[in-house]
Amino acid sequence: MTGFAPGGRFVGQRVKRREDARFVTGTGKYVDDIALPGTLHAAFARSGVARGRLTRVGTAAAASMPGVAAVLTAADLNHLVQEWWTDLEGPDGQARQFRLFAKGDVRFAGEPVVMVVAESPYLAEDAAELIEIDIEPEKPVVDPECAATEGAPLVHPGLSSNVLLELPAIENPAVESVFASAPNVFTEIFRQHRYACVPLETRGILASWDPAGRQLTVWISTQGQFAAQGLFARVLGIPQAQIRVIMPDVGGAFGQKMFPHPEELAVAFATRRLSRPVKWIEDRRENLLCGEHAREDQAAISFAVDDDATVLAAKADFLESAGAFPVAASSALLLTTSIFPGPYRIGAAAGSGKTVYTNTAGRGSYRGPWMIETVAREQMIDHVARALGIDPLEMRRRNVVRENDLPYKMATGFVYDQLTAAATLEQAAELIKYDEFRVRQATVRAQGRLTGIGISLLAEPSAITFGWFSTDAATVRIGLHGAVDVCTTSASHGQSLETTIAQVVADELGVGLSDVRVIQGDTAVTPFGPGTGGSRSAVVVSSAARGAAQAVRAKVLDIAARKFEAAAEDLVIADGRVQVAGDPEAGMSVADIARLAYLDMSALPPGQEPGLEAHCRYSPSEHFTWSNACHMCTCEIDPATGAVTIGRYVVSEDCGVMINPTVVEGQIAGGVVQGIGGVLYEQMKYDDDGNPLTTTFVDYLLPTAAEVPEIEYGHIETPSPTNPGGHKGMGEGGAIASPPAVINAVADALAPLGVTIRHQPLSPSEIVALIQAS
Amino acid sequence: MREVAVQVNGRRREAMVEPRLTLADFIRHQCGLTGTHLGCEHGVCGACTVLVDGAAVRACLMFAVQADGREVTTVEALAGPDGALSVVQEAFRDAHGLQCGFCTPGFVISLTAFLRDHPDPTDDDLRSALSGNLCRCTGYQGILNAARLAANAGRNA
Repeated sequence: MTGFAPGGRFVGQRVKRREDARFVTGTGKYVDDIALPGTLHAAFARSGVARGRLTRVGTAAAASMPGVAAVLTAADLNHLVQEWWTDLEGPDGQARQFRLFAKGDVRFAGEPVVMVVAESPYLAEDAAELIEIDIEPEKPVVDPECAATEGAPLVHPGLSSNVLLELPAIENPAVESVFASAPNVFTEIFRQHRYACVPLETRGILASWDPAGRQLTVWISTQGQFAAQGLFARVLGIPQAQIRVIMPDVGGAFGQKMFPHPEELAVAFATRRLSRPVKWIEDRRENLLCGEHAREDQAAISFAVDDDATVLAAKADFLESAGAFPVAASSALLLTTSIFPGPYRIGAAAGSGKTVYTNTAGRGSYRGPWMIETVAREQMIDHVARALGIDPLEMRRRNVVRENDLPYKMATGFVYDQLTAAATLEQAAELIKYDEFRVRQATVRAQGRLTGIGISLLAEPSAITFGWFSTDAATVRIGLHGAVDVCTTSASHGQSLETTIAQVVADELGVGLSDVRVIQGDTAVTPFGPGTGGSRSAVVVSSAARGAAQAVRAKVLDIAARKFEAAAEDLVIADGRVQVAGDPEAGMSVADIARLAYLDMSALPPGQEPGLEAHCRYSPSEHFTWSNACHMCTCEIDPATGAVTIGRYVVSEDCGVMINPTVVEGQIAGGVVQGIGGVLYEQMKYDDDGNPLTTTFVDYLLPTAAEVPEIEYGHIETPSPTNPGGHKGMGEGGAIASPPAVINAVADALAPLGVTIRHQPLSPSEIVALIQAS
Repeated sequence: MREVAVQVNGRRREAMVEPRLTLADFIRHQCGLTGTHLGCEHGVCGACTVLVDGAAVRACLMFAVQADGREVTTVEALAGPDGALSVVQEAFRDAHGLQCGFCTPGFVISLTAFLRDHPDPTDDDLRSALSGNLCRCTGYQGILNAARLAANAGRNA
């Protein structure tokens, strides 16, 4: 530990979660647990073909089935869609390719074609099976490299090319001159396969239109009630004031639930048309088929390197597959091209990239959507180290940004106000006993065993606050009887905000944790905010809650000061009581102050407003609050089967002042295992004709308790200057830094065989193939 | 339609059901016990795990009619009548064995059944016992710690 030692009664403590009581007893309420009388159920008939002409949609059999309330197609609904831009994009988002249902053609396997609404989910699925969809298949564009080539078939026939976004390589003399004169230049292309987010709760919605009151009420599994409200309003063409969106308990999201998709929007149309509540709970096959995909991207990286392994300049050219209908702002090019130098002193850098449409499910923003930049860079560091014959730890030591470099301006323009990459590198090396591993490795290698160690360093741009994401807010009120309510913009879907925000507020107010209740997830109740995304809540939401709590605290002290005829500075609040310092007789409970504030106007100091409530809207002082981490892991590979076994896994993390170290470690662990899964097991696979091959959990393999390593943590707490609590977000880093750590460990294990790794997933068969090819 | 009578959490439930109605949907919608969750409906994720005559089963792979005359226990029945959490439930809370909570009822039921039958498990036993349930949030670290805690509590009881 270095630096700051948090002194809070609750902040910094391993407080147990307050939300757990309902979850361990099965009394949480997720969207499918909410029942309204008279609810209808939706099911979708989808395209089974990636690309083709839609020649006929037969709905008669389904429509005449008993129990079917409606069968809705593109002809019924598409023209009703008013605007589809999200608040994150702004009106420019209208340029994004979007349609509710396929019409005229189909553009990916899984694209919704017809919605059936029936009296039960069983009947709805029966009827959906009766829908006849005739398609004349055409050759799809599945591979992004093919999609990017001139003359490739067009995913969207109305466009002139498949390129959705291009950041062209700009001639940069500073970079080129370094490359021209550098003693060593390396170029590699690193490819990453397609993942799925896979929250355990699939997408789901219950929507209810009240024709008399002209009110739409929506319960939806989402990451942000306001993001959903805005989109529903624009798509349906009704005022936001007529839409209430409630975010119940949400069973994970990981980026998949930032915005409603065509299916959820269609359900809202259905309840309006039928004036009965309509529910849709996605099944797992649908979730894997088309509930947003992620990652399929690649990076061509070039390093100009001195003979002493100093990286002098870097270039990166990225390619992303957007799928046919990508989710709002799911391209990560703007970030990947600007942060790829990472936590290293690389004096000159230039990034470029392209995002292309393909006939596949749309790209979403899975946990660390930009992570290819870290995945590729960290592989490149190892690649260069191996080529130069130096250890990858030493290579990083020579290039990492050190504290005496701060503030450090990346060649691409971003500034690290502070960064402890070097300290995390050393802490992780110490924890994993790096040098001892190398000694042991030499011995076992001589016996023919394949063991390896991998490192990755990460600078995480947390609490990204631009535009739609600029602020969060909280309202804190102490009620008449002393209970504290904190009403926040963002709501937890696993991040533990009901606990961590209460920790912050209880500390500021001097009350007990059990006195504080966090209220979240309802547009009718909570302040406006963007929802979760970009690892923001610990920084932005907590700062807003802190600010509001401080204002309420000042009010409590003001009223108490008058009551005791003392100066506010001489008062302390502890354990729910306001006390005159040094006078045990003079004190009263916060609840008693609340009674005065609400009921006894004569007790108020002149000019003081009655009541005990305050609101605070907050934006950090910088657009990014950088956190950083180092991951190291060891592995052993069975050369016969190709199976990779992770040995030790160590994470050294600096996320500033930790509100709750247990929650921090839980976030790290979840991300790390998603990354391990991604590299070793998970792949959302299409065949050459665009047929999805992995739409069950028997095909899309997730890690289980039997495979995961014991994750070990080191913490460095350097307070961030961007916010009063000194916190830094870290929700995505685990999933960003773990894939390259695992890949590098595998590459290290296989290096004596002459194997070079440039792609994933590293399944047993792939490893065997790599070994055989070497 | 077929008539079924199932003892659910100690209470007799009678209903006319379609033969194809899954036990999970019967529990959730007919009995109103929504703690049993559906994560995949094809028998892999384990979120719907319940006890049928004491054995942990996947309620998505069993029909309600197959449970006729049998005894079903769901996560809602594990806490004491005064609301006191069971040893396993308490362990999940103490060890941060959950984040979003969606998979939790399945894990809690699986572990409850396993520890009842294997009161002195090794670490590998616990890993293997929990490998039939999927969690996407925790990386299983807190879940394994919860299992160790609960096993220790059982040994010391």
